[in-house]
Amino acid sequence: MGNSYRIALAGNPNTGKSTLFNALTGLRQHTGNWAGKTVSLAQGNVQYKDKTFNLIDLPGTYSLFSNSSDEEVARNYIVFEKPDVTVVVLDATSLERNFNLALQVLEMTKNVIICINLIDVAEKQGITINERILTNRLGVPVIKISARNKKGFPMLLDTIDRIVTGAIECEPVQMTYSDDIEKQIKKIEPKVYELVGNQLSTRWVSLRLLDGDEKLLNEINQRFGQRRQHNEYSTVI
Amino acid sequence: MSIPKIMKLVNGEKGDLIQITSLNLDGVMRRRLLDLGFVAGAIVEVIRKSPLGDPIAFRVSQTTIALRKEESSQIEGMLITDGE
Repeated sequence: MGNSYRIALAGNPNTGKSTLFNALTGLRQHTGNWAGKTVSLAQGNVQYKDKTFNLIDLPGTYSLFSNSSDEEVARNYIVFEKPDVTVVVLDATSLERNFNLALQVLEMTKNVIICINLIDVAEKQGITINERILTNRLGVPVIKISARNKKGFPMLLDTIDRIVTGAIECEPVQMTYSDDIEKQIKKIEPKVYELVGNQLSTRWVSLRLLDGDEKLLNEINQRFGQRRQHNEYSTVI
Repeated sequence: MSIPKIMKLVNGEKGDLIQITSLNLDGVMRRRLLDLGFVAGAIVEVIRKSPLGDPIAFRVSQTTIALRKEESSQIEGMLITDGE
């Protein structure tokens, strides 16, 4: 199918990912108010214009550093399965907490939409969010919705459509680290490139290796074949 | 004006507001705590303590999170508001 696209939904627990998923797909995946509710990956389709969006509901996590199997599932999907668009669903009433995950996703992949949910609840609490400023600062579309009241869906679907057709080009803001870390990244990035080519963000992989993320290293080993021996990577780190 | 008091989260009393200054942990647990909002500069509130003082529930960035003393004794902060 030429015009079918995979759209992953990521976000913290209890931000309304599953509510959004159900509202868009018309499915009734059960949603619950406790962490780790979404265990396996639920999938459902949305028709929009002449396209099919295959939505994938990732487990809700606070982070994507694979501290738990939930985080690993979500991270591996975004990084290795490479959905056409990753929609990060944030809770408008606690953006500070939610942006931790959003910024991690922006480092991992390019085609990202920041979807600020529960906007009606936030407005009742007197919180106003300027999505234009956020869009400019983050380099990716920021959209306000209320999944429960089905507000903002046309805008969200239209933005997904415009990203997959190439009408919108995402340029996620790049976090700059301390000079020392930046120097190290420059040093190992070429070697990472030899290994993964354009398949993964070399900057992100470099950062993870500097952090000593062995699980990621094993995952890359498995997925990119045993082109080299483990020992050689270790010297890179 | 009193000198700001540096204390460990484990010694917080109900109602205390503590601004985190440092996390003396490494690896996965450090990462996990950072992800949950225990970052330097963040203000946490002691919500309640268990009868034996372990675990302790904190409010951090609008969410309640309970820590065991193994972790809360490794986090230091400045007492901003005394709950007493």
